[in-house]
Amino acid sequence: MLIKKGAEANLYLEDWHNRKVVLKQRLSKEYRIPEIDEKIRSQRTIHEPQIIHKAKEAGVPTPTIYMIDILDATIIMEFVKGKQVKQILSDLSDKERRSLCRHIGNLIGHLHTYGIIHGDLTTSNMILTPTGKVVFVDFGLSEHSIELENRGVDLHLMKRTFQSSHFKYAKECFDAVMEGYRRFMGEDVTKDVVGKIREIERRGRYISAR
Amino acid sequence: MNCSDDTYCLGIESTADDFGVGILSFKGRALANINSAYINPEGGIHPREASRHHAGIAGEVLSKAFHKAEIKPKEIAVVAFSQGPGLGPCLRTGATAARALSSYLNVPLVGVNHCVAHIEIGKLVSKAKDPVTLYVSGGNTIISAFDGGKYRVFGETLDIAVGNCLDVFARAAGLRQKEGMPFGAMVENVASRGHSFVSLPYSVKGMNLSFSGLLTAAVQLLKSGKHTVEDLCFSLQEVGFSMLAEVTERALAHTEKPEVLLTGGVAANNRLQSMVKSVADEHKVRFCVVPKEYALDNGAMIAWTGILAYQHNMVIPTEKSFVRLKWRLDDVHVPWVES
Ligand SMILES: Nc1ncnc2c1ncn2[C@@H]1O[C@H](COP(=O)(O)OP(=O)(O)OP(=O)(O)O)[C@@H](O)[C@H]1O
Ligand SMILES: Nc1ncnc2c1ncn2[C@@H]1O[C@H](COP(=O)(O)OP(=O)(O)OP(=O)(O)O)[C@@H](O)[C@H]1O
Repeated sequence: MLIKKGAEANLYLEDWHNRKVVLKQRLSKEYRIPEIDEKIRSQRTIHEPQIIHKAKEAGVPTPTIYMIDILDATIIMEFVKGKQVKQILSDLSDKERRSLCRHIGNLIGHLHTYGIIHGDLTTSNMILTPTGKVVFVDFGLSEHSIELENRGVDLHLMKRTFQSSHFKYAKECFDAVMEGYRRFMGEDVTKDVVGKIREIERRGRYISAR
Repeated sequence: MNCSDDTYCLGIESTADDFGVGILSFKGRALANINSAYINPEGGIHPREASRHHAGIAGEVLSKAFHKAEIKPKEIAVVAFSQGPGLGPCLRTGATAARALSSYLNVPLVGVNHCVAHIEIGKLVSKAKDPVTLYVSGGNTIISAFDGGKYRVFGETLDIAVGNCLDVFARAAGLRQKEGMPFGAMVENVASRGHSFVSLPYSVKGMNLSFSGLLTAAVQLLKSGKHTVEDLCFSLQEVGFSMLAEVTERALAHTEKPEVLLTGGVAANNRLQSMVKSVADEHKVRFCVVPKEYALDNGAMIAWTGILAYQHNMVIPTEKSFVRLKWRLDDVHVPWVES
């Protein structure tokens, strides 16, 4: 059963050896030439499970990977029960929302410390389970790095998501994420990252010399 | 003669190397859209040189616009100008002309955000209602959609704009800019003769993009002399535009909007159009693209957005009409758009 048509993949909910699994298939895109298409699909299919595994080692909940099929650009993984953070954020009380965001910031800190840049930190890619765990999914755009620049870009995307999709609580949410991040990463690192985010915000706009 | 039941707005565009004047009726009819581009013989933009060009040509462009529109200056009810974002000297020249005109005609002055104007004119001419907009030009690369009173930015470039990437590569490849033939269009031309793909770095971060690594790699390969300019132009377009298509698709999947609107100077590119159309088709949404005349920087888009703003009393007193070099799209309230 198709449960989600993402930007790059179709996600199906299936029964697989008596387990509920998600089958994530990266589809061939008509718009790109085969050379680019095949490379992107196979690279991300190989790469995503590796990083998902590494994230688990870093202490961040991620779905368990059961199987990958490179030729078919397909990954079979555990189905995570719960709701996208995106869907529930507005239903929470201010206090709950702040606490959830602090927790997310803490998890991002875990990833960054372990040299993982998620690459698509949006509230759709975080699932809150009935037991209160936050599970990170969609590591297709992630990379290995401990560079300040990449950490800044990662968190800048998180901030953008709040501003574009949760604009009513954008500031409190992002502040809470950074608070959680700070508690884990410490004052010094966080200060540098915050400075970096500011620098990134100033770019990407009109540049005077081109 | 024009029917007198209509009211007119004159818009002045001057954010970068184009100086343009557009005259539109409040009903959205374009009476004139006259634009004059500053072309730097050495390539690239020189803000000061461009602003000198604008100041020199302003009178001529204005009178051409009035001539084309067949109306008298005193029939203008509102003067609008692009207040930002853009290059300081260029913006100031346009603002000065707008202030002078508004005080001479004794009509209200409206400051318009250039990025909002690109979206609004696109919606007007393509009849899009609530699109995901991909705005690609020499200075901007923005994926946005309306929500809660503003155009929200879902993604943007983290370094240089895609048009800038094409322009710099074209210059490095020794292509010479000609009147009416932007560098991007020359890359498109040359690319159509390329066929063998050269691998280049592909950089998408969620809904954001980066083009500087792509540009650097392409220029390095060019200098190595191992590949033809044709193949490199082809590959540069394929990689750069695939990145744009991917983020557009992500924004579409995320927002579930019913339309995609492609605008800005790079929207003129046929290959980019076909890619974005393919994304739209796959998601069964309507594909809208702005015709060249209104996709490049132009006065008409400023006039039209000026009308929308004026109708919501967003008039600014002359003493507060300073230009805003880094005015962000998502800082602007757009009360005329319905949620
Ligand atoms: N293992 C899983 N269990 C439950 N839900 C999942 C799982 N994996 C993904 N999802 C949900 O499906 C959505 C789409 O999945 P994913 O982000 O992996 O696809 P995608 O096509 O890469 O998305 P994008 O649009 O970001 O490119 C996620 O945002 C998430 O909410
Ligand atoms: N056919 C084409 N293919 C690709 N790029 C093109 C084509 N035609 C024009 N361009 C590019 O469009 C850009 C100019 O667009 P436009 O006039 O909208 O922007 P600008 O002056 O850079 O201003 P702004 O960023 O403020 O909107 C240049 O980079 C030019 O090379």
